[in-house]
Amino acid sequence: MALPVSPKPAHRRFHQARWDEPIIFELSTPGERGILVSQAEPAAVEALGAVEDQLSSLRRASAPALPELAQMRVVRHYLRISQENLGADFNVDIGQGTCTMKYSPKVNETIIRTPKLAELHPLQDEASLQGVLEIFWRTEQAIAEISGMHAVSLQTQGGSAAIWANISMIRAFHESNGEGEVRDEVITTIFSHPSNAACAKAAGFKVITLMPDANGYPDIEALRAAVSPRTAALMITNPEDTGIYNHKIREFVQIVHEAGGLAAYDQANANGILGITRASDAGFDLCHFNLHKTFSTPHASGGPGAGASAVSERLAPFLPNPRIEKTDAGFTVNYGGEKSIGKVAPFFGVAPNVVRAYAWIMALGASGLRQVAEIAVLNNNYLLALVRQIPGASAPYATGKHRIEQVRYSWQELFEDTGISSEEIGIRMSDYGMHYWTSHHPYLVPQPFTLEPTESYSKTEIDEYVAALAQVATEARENPELVRSAPHNQTVHQIDHDDLDDPARWAITWRSYQKKYFSGVEATLAEEPVSVG
Amino acid sequence: MQNSTVHPYIPNTVPSVIEEMLAVTGATSIEDFYEDIPQSLRVKGLLNLPEPFLAEAELEEHVTGLLNKNRSTREVISFLGAGVYNHYVPSVVDEVINRSEFLTAYAGEPYEDHGRFQALFEYTSMMGELLNMDVVNVPTYDGMQATATALAMAGRITGRSKIIVASDTNPDLVSKVTDYVRSHTELVFVPSVNGLVDTAALAARLDADTAAVWIQTPSFHGGLETSGQVIADLAHEAGALLVVGTDPIAYGSITPPADWGADIVCGEIQSLGIHQWFGGGRGGFIAVHDDPKFIMEMPSRLFGLASTSVEGEYGFGDVAWDRTSFALREEGKEWVGTAAALWGIAAGVYLASMGPTGMSDLGNTVLARTAYAQAQLAGIDGVSLGDSAAHFREFVLDLSASGKTAAEVVTALRALNIEPGVVIGEHNLLVCVTERITTAHIDTLVSALTDFLKEK
Repeated sequence: MALPVSPKPAHRRFHQARWDEPIIFELSTPGERGILVSQAEPAAVEALGAVEDQLSSLRRASAPALPELAQMRVVRHYLRISQENLGADFNVDIGQGTCTMKYSPKVNETIIRTPKLAELHPLQDEASLQGVLEIFWRTEQAIAEISGMHAVSLQTQGGSAAIWANISMIRAFHESNGEGEVRDEVITTIFSHPSNAACAKAAGFKVITLMPDANGYPDIEALRAAVSPRTAALMITNPEDTGIYNHKIREFVQIVHEAGGLAAYDQANANGILGITRASDAGFDLCHFNLHKTFSTPHASGGPGAGASAVSERLAPFLPNPRIEKTDAGFTVNYGGEKSIGKVAPFFGVAPNVVRAYAWIMALGASGLRQVAEIAVLNNNYLLALVRQIPGASAPYATGKHRIEQVRYSWQELFEDTGISSEEIGIRMSDYGMHYWTSHHPYLVPQPFTLEPTESYSKTEIDEYVAALAQVATEARENPELVRSAPHNQTVHQIDHDDLDDPARWAITWRSYQKKYFSGVEATLAEEPVSVG
Repeated sequence: MQNSTVHPYIPNTVPSVIEEMLAVTGATSIEDFYEDIPQSLRVKGLLNLPEPFLAEAELEEHVTGLLNKNRSTREVISFLGAGVYNHYVPSVVDEVINRSEFLTAYAGEPYEDHGRFQALFEYTSMMGELLNMDVVNVPTYDGMQATATALAMAGRITGRSKIIVASDTNPDLVSKVTDYVRSHTELVFVPSVNGLVDTAALAARLDADTAAVWIQTPSFHGGLETSGQVIADLAHEAGALLVVGTDPIAYGSITPPADWGADIVCGEIQSLGIHQWFGGGRGGFIAVHDDPKFIMEMPSRLFGLASTSVEGEYGFGDVAWDRTSFALREEGKEWVGTAAALWGIAAGVYLASMGPTGMSDLGNTVLARTAYAQAQLAGIDGVSLGDSAAHFREFVLDLSASGKTAAEVVTALRALNIEPGVVIGEHNLLVCVTERITTAHIDTLVSALTDFLKEK
C-alpha cells in the first residue's frame, strides 16, 4: 500500500533556526583553549631574553580579554549562528535587486581551496606563479572582450573600489592634460549606484545628479544643460537600477566627450546585457564589473568582492600598477607605468574571486554568457508580468515597455490602502524564508522594492517568490497587524532602532555594551541581560 | 552529443519552459525584451572567447591544471612578508567560513541574517579587546583602504590639511594613501632614525595645519615603536590626532596603541586566520573610542547590539545608518560597498580559537624567533641588521659588506628551495619570521646564506 501523501501547504512553513545562542564572551570558561600554538624553542627564548630590555616598555600588562573556549565549543557556536543566517543557497534570493544574486557553482569552491592558490605569496619567484598569473591574464582578456575595452586591471577589492579607481584615473587623465584644476564636476544620475556619487565626492569633485524624465530615462536635456568646460566625467549605470536601458546612451557619451569630459560606465547591472552590447560600443572610456555579481563569485556575507576595471586605449596608461604581461618566456609582472594611479589595493586583487570568475566564464563560453543574459531578462520580464498582477503593486516608468534584468517596483497603492510599508512587507517576507530588500535611497519611487531574478532561478522558484509576495499583500489587506508585528518565524523579533542611533545607547562592541549597561553592576548580571530598551 | 541549450547553471534553458514564460510576458521572443538597445550598439554574433569546458570534470581539470603550475609557500621555506604573512590558519576557521550560510549570504536584514550580524559583532568585539578600543568597523577592503580612510577622517575631524608620516612605511601603502587623500590632504614625510620615529624632527614639523601624525608599528621594516606615548603627547599638544597603522596579531603580548594615546588605530587582518591567497585575502579595520565626533566620520558599517520586542533577547543592526553613503550619496564621507565581511568572520573564529593565551603565546613565539633569526643572521660575515630597534616578525638585512646584492641572494637561495625575503634595496632584504618558521628553518637559511656569501 502506498504511503498517503499529505496535501502541500500553499506556502512554505519555514522557520528560521533559533538557538538562543549567547554572545561568544558569555560562553567563555577561563582556562579552556581552542588551539595550541607553536612554542618558541629554547634557543629562541634565549635570543628573546637578550632583547627583552628593549621590549619592556611595550609588554602588555594583562592578556586581552578574549573569550576562552575549547575547539568544539567554538565550532558549535559558529555553526549554530550560521544556521541563524539565510544565505543565497537557501532562499530564492531575487529580493536583493541591484546586487545580481546568482548561483555560485560548487566546483569553483573545490578549485580555489588548493594550497596552490591559498598559500601563494605575491612576491615569490615569478617562475613559481605561472599558473595564477596565466589565470589573471586570461581573465583580463575575457573581460576586455566582454566589455570591448582595451585593457583591464583586476586589482580592486570590490565594485565600489573599482568605481574609485575609475574616478582616480579620470582625475589623473585630466591632470596629465593640464586640466586638473578646471575639470572639477562629475555628472551622474539618481538611479545610478550611490557609490558613483560618493566616490566622486571623496575624490574632491562637485557632483551633479540628473533626474529621470517622465518615462524614467535619464533626462538628456538636463545633461546638455549640465555639461561645461568644468565637466570631468559622466559616471552612469546602464541599465539603471530601475532596469530601464537608456537607449540614448551613445548620445550621452558624445555630449560629454564634446565638452571634453570622460565617460565611465558602471556595469554593476551588466548581467542582462552580457554578449548583447558592450561599453566600447557606446564609446565609454572606462567601465567596471563586480566579479561577485555578474561573474558569480559568492557574496560572502558582504565580501570579499572583487572589481574589474576596464579602460580604452587612451586611459590604459593610468591603470593601477602592477600589470601582468605575457611574453615569449611566460607571464611576467610589470611594476612600472609612469602615468599609473599606482596602488588602489594590495598586490593583484582578490585572487580566489578572480579564479572563481575565470572558472565561471570558462564553464559558459560565449554562447553561455549570452544565454545568461537572455534568460536573466526572460526571468525578469516574466516576474514583472506576475508582480503587476498583485493588487497594490506597480512598476513605475516606461509603461508598456520591457525591462532588462531588474525592476524597481512600488507598493504605493497598497500603502495607501493599508498603511503597510515596503519595509514591513520585507520583514514579513522573511517569515516565508524569502529575502526582500526595499531599495537604495533616495526613495524616488515611493514604497519601493527592487527584484532581480537573474538567470539562476527556475520558473518554479520565481512562481514561489511571487506567491509569497501576493500572500503578504493579501495579509496586509486582511490582517495588517500580522504584517506589522512580523517577524514571527525568525531567530529574533522586532529591533529597537533607537538603540542603534542614540550615542548614549549604542553598543558597537561587547566591551562597550558592558561599560554602558553594566558599569558598577556585578558581573553576574551579564548572564541575565537587562532590557536596554 | 550534449544538449548545448540546457546549462546546469541556468535552469530555465529548457525550451518548453522558455515558451511557457514568453507566453506569460506576451513577448514573441527574448529579442523583444531588448527593444531599448539600438541595433547599432549590438554585438554581432558571439563574443570571441575560448571554447568553454562544459563538463564539470573537464573544467576542474583545466583550472586545477593551471593552478598546479604554481609552487606554494608550503613547498619552500618562505621568509616572505611585506604585507602578506604566512601565519597558520586553524582548520576551524575554514570550516566556518566555507559554510553556505555565511559564504553565500549578502545583504539580509538583521532578522533573517541574525547569524551574520552576530558573527561580525563578535569579530569587532574581539578586535576591541585586542586593541583596547570600544568601536571597530565591519571590515573594509584591506589595510590600505583602512589607513587611507582613517587619515581622511582625521582631516575632517580636525579641519586641517596636513598628515605627518613619521614611520618607515610600505611604499605600496603610501601610494594608496596618496591617491586617496590628495584632493584634501598633503602628506609630509619625517625620516626615521634607527628604524623608529625621530621625535625631535617630528616635534619641529608639527604645526596648526597638522591633522594627524601617522605612524606604523610594527613599521614596514618590523620595528616596534617605543616612543608611542611621546608621539601621542606631541600630536595632541599640537591639536592633531595620532593615527596608528598596525597588525593586531602582536597585541596578545604587547601594549596596544590605545594605551599610549592613539586616537584612530587601523590596519590589516590577514594575519588573523586568513590564507595568503596570492596577496588577496585582505580585510581592513578601523578602531576608535566611543566618541560620536569620530564615529560619525566613519564611513564603514558598524554593527551594534540592540534590544528587541522580546525582553532579554539580543538583536543587532547598523549603528547610525544615516552616516553612510547608502543614505547620503554624494553627501557621504566615503562609500560603502561589498568589502570583506567574510574575512571578518574568519578573524573572529581565529580570535575565539586562540583566546588570550593563544594570542599571548603566538606573540611571544614570533618575538622570540624574530630575535633568534636576527641574532643568527647578523652573525654571518658581511651581514648586518638594518637597525637596532626591537622587531616583531620582520627586519631588514643589510648585505652591503658582503659585496652581494639582495637580488643575487634571492636568486641563489631560491635554487635551494628557500625564499629568503623581499628585496627592498640593492643590498637590503626584508626577512619575515612567523610562528610557522622554526629555529630549524632559520638555521637552514643561515647556513645557505653563509655558504652563498663565501662564494667568490
